[in-house]
Amino acid sequence: MEDSTAQKQEKENQESGEEERPWGEITAASSQDFKSGLSEPLESEQGPETEPYSRSSPPGSPQSRDSAPLGDLTGPGASSPPSPPEEPSSTPPLALSGQGLEAPRQAHPNHSVIPEAETPHSDHLKQSSDIGELTHLTCQSTGNAFPQFQQTNGHLYEPRDVSCSNSKQKELRFDIFQEEDSNSNYDLDEAEPETAPSVLETAIQNAKAYLLKTSSQSGLNLYDHLSNMLTKILDERPENAVDIIENISQDVKMAHFSKKLDTLQNENEMLPTYEIAEKQKALFLQGHLEGADQELEDEIAGNSLPNVMESAFYFEQAGVGLGTDETYRVFLALKQLTDTHPIQRCRFWGKILGLEMNYIVAEAELRDGEDEEEAEEEDVTEERDNEDSEGEEDDELPRSFYKAPQAIPKEESRTGANKYVYFVCNEPGRPWVKLPSVTPAQIVIARQIKKFFTGRLGTPIISYPPFPGDESNYLRAQIARISAGTHVSPLGFYQFSEEEGEEEEEVEGGRDSFEENPDFEGIQVVDLVESLSNWVHHVQHILPQGRCNWFNPIQKSEEEEEDDDEEKEEKEFDYIEQEVGPPLLTPISEDLEIQSIPPWTTRLCSNLIPQYAIAVLRSNLWPGAYAFCNGKKFENLYIGWGHKYSPESYTPPVPPPVCQEYPSGPELTEMDDPSVEEEQAFRAAQEAAVPPAEENEDTDEDEEDYD
Amino acid sequence: MDAESLLLSLELASGSGQGLSPDRRASLLTSLLLVKRDYRYSRVLFWGRILGLVTDYYIAQGLIEDQLAPRKTLYSLNCMEWSLLPPATEEMVEQTSVVKGRFMGDPSHEYEHVDLQKVNDGDKVFEEEIVVRIKEETRLVSIIDQIDKAVAVIPRGALFKTPFGPVHVNRTFEGLSMSEAKKLSSYFHFREPVELKNKTLLEKADLDPSLDFMDSLENDIPKGSWSIQMERGNALVVLRSLLWPGLTFYHTPGTKNCGYIYVGTGEKNIDLPFML
Repeated sequence: MEDSTAQKQEKENQESGEEERPWGEITAASSQDFKSGLSEPLESEQGPETEPYSRSSPPGSPQSRDSAPLGDLTGPGASSPPSPPEEPSSTPPLALSGQGLEAPRQAHPNHSVIPEAETPHSDHLKQSSDIGELTHLTCQSTGNAFPQFQQTNGHLYEPRDVSCSNSKQKELRFDIFQEEDSNSNYDLDEAEPETAPSVLETAIQNAKAYLLKTSSQSGLNLYDHLSNMLTKILDERPENAVDIIENISQDVKMAHFSKKLDTLQNENEMLPTYEIAEKQKALFLQGHLEGADQELEDEIAGNSLPNVMESAFYFEQAGVGLGTDETYRVFLALKQLTDTHPIQRCRFWGKILGLEMNYIVAEAELRDGEDEEEAEEEDVTEERDNEDSEGEEDDELPRSFYKAPQAIPKEESRTGANKYVYFVCNEPGRPWVKLPSVTPAQIVIARQIKKFFTGRLGTPIISYPPFPGDESNYLRAQIARISAGTHVSPLGFYQFSEEEGEEEEEVEGGRDSFEENPDFEGIQVVDLVESLSNWVHHVQHILPQGRCNWFNPIQKSEEEEEDDDEEKEEKEFDYIEQEVGPPLLTPISEDLEIQSIPPWTTRLCSNLIPQYAIAVLRSNLWPGAYAFCNGKKFENLYIGWGHKYSPESYTPPVPPPVCQEYPSGPELTEMDDPSVEEEQAFRAAQEAAVPPAEENEDTDEDEEDYD
Repeated sequence: MDAESLLLSLELASGSGQGLSPDRRASLLTSLLLVKRDYRYSRVLFWGRILGLVTDYYIAQGLIEDQLAPRKTLYSLNCMEWSLLPPATEEMVEQTSVVKGRFMGDPSHEYEHVDLQKVNDGDKVFEEEIVVRIKEETRLVSIIDQIDKAVAVIPRGALFKTPFGPVHVNRTFEGLSMSEAKKLSSYFHFREPVELKNKTLLEKADLDPSLDFMDSLENDIPKGSWSIQMERGNALVVLRSLLWPGLTFYHTPGTKNCGYIYVGTGEKNIDLPFML
């Protein structure tokens, strides 16, 4: 044992000395790799460093210390497949040469004893077997850490060659036994890196290459993704990570596409969602609130609510209409409207799209005697207008000679353009707002402007010509125009009421009331599609004046403004031709074309099953206006921006010519300065005429010039 | 809108009032599936409807893997038989720009346009009238192309650009957040970028090259040519183009559901500056 330790020291000395040898570099390099490749806990790494102490240490201790690294080395070695064949094959032959009973690792020093005594070359052998160990170890280390794999791999082959040359040298001197030994060693060295590790290496390399392959779609690779995932899991250490691994994977992927925002989050962003849900909840609960059966019966009897869903069904056949869900909400909102307002009859008029919000429009007829309040309110506003104008007149400023044309009074409620009352709301569940009744001036101006609705009723309309009123008035004017243009019904559905005398109506320029024809038998759908004359307007045409019933401004002026200038009266005595529009219940086939574009398009909703199809009418004049009729039932609907179609681009009207500021006369007009010749001629003439008056010459000249 | 999720998409876009009748829906669901198979598209979009005076054009588009690659456009009059339209050329767009008014609904209809052309005959200059005939099909191609270039919309993040160039659908797109959904800057023109190249380096600094590779709607001219609304109590964001009235884009924040549909007369709103 003493020998063994002494020789081991010697060997170690030589080992350190080997660095100077040509191939020493390689082993040093490989041992360095070995160091770097292995993780710190492996004690064998410390071997060379601690060895100097072991020289002075008792003989037993190096062995025990040597065996300790062995345990470490074989430990991982056993776990990796290629190690088992190597361990028995490499060590037993060596052990046979020395003390066979010793542990395999101990065999190395002991084995080296025998040749050591005779020749220093045995060190090479030992070295080579050590290298064998090293390669084995590095194989293990590659199992631990891939990146070092290639590095160590490169070194592996060189030491093996060295050991080969060593063993050849040995062959010259050693006996057969040792030759066998060396051969076995050689074979071992040969087999070790080529067979077992290379399969592993290539397998690992292939696997890694596969994992590193970038996706042709996203440019990512699975290797990075997995490592990101593992990093994330280890960072966050979620409970039951295996259960949510899919989500973690998705989160990691999504992280590529989400910007790293600051941590400030708007907590309130969901509030409006809940707010409207809360409001709409009230719609759904309103049925429960009225518990009394009596009331319910009354309601059913005097039902003012239209069947919105039914007409929505027919419109859906035509390919128009809001979604079923939204329609039902509108339906509920209409129910709320009829419950809260004294409404005789109402219907869903349509929807007008706005920039910020949309309007849902309900057309209603109030019960008798319910619209008085409104009239009073309007009177108040009119008075205010008068006051304002008087205030202006009191000013000392020069008065304008411009006389506004006679204001045309608006139509009474329940007549003409104000036949119905309109309620709007932005969204089902929000409060219904009653629109003010429309004035002729608003309709006239609304025809000349084209503005988007914003969705807020109070928005001022900034336009030229200036619109009298805000968005609610504009909306009302457009509704009146759309109704007048597009509300149609099948011929015969309505008839003129017989009670009223015809003579009176003729004076007013046409009958303005009608009633449902109880004897209406329906029209064949095919007829409705084929002939537009089977459809009639049931809303009065609005005259250019802005009223449905013509109002003669002359009479009015004579009655009220008697102190007008004679001049003006003369003008007005010119006969103003009465504006006449098509009477009520005129077939739409008489509608005017828009520059060779027919105003209506009719079609059958389905060509596949024509026997159950309905007739659909689409207005080309007001895009968004539709009507359907299934023979008996009909309905009109408008969903759109609230603008009339025109093939020409919109041009705002030209401002009126500028009024004259003062009467122009010769005193005010500019004249050309006289030329020098003229002056001289004039002077000569004057001199000739008045020779003595030379002094005044200059001043005269000036005066005349100014004339 | 994706042909596969047609029903849901139509329901979401129904706020503008334009839907499809049940028989059209059913036939589209059937025929677009066949279109996808026959033309080997990776994705088929139902583009919309152009309202004609007599009949309507139903338009579908086929996309290949690369979402920004030129799209193939098909039209049908009965939602069943589809015909492929030729790709639009600049010449076509120029030629059809003189045509005004509504579509007829007949692809072989010919618009007549009288063009005045000066003819030099020796010393004298004559103005000669030349009647240009333009087929409605050509106009259809050019209008679809114009609409696509002007107002096709896609939310930011729904597509991403791979390092190799092609643009793919982002499978991890989970919708815009509520705060993003209210901003026009979160929506892009679904076309090859035009304005992006003109941006300064400073403006480009914050852009993510894999996501911000298209023009945002924010800088559209005129300002305010989009109406952005939250419908159904913030559960749905709807963009309506005011320049091409009829185009509706919908998106449910927090989900993948998004798309656009055009139902209109195929006419540009040139009055827009007066109407705002």
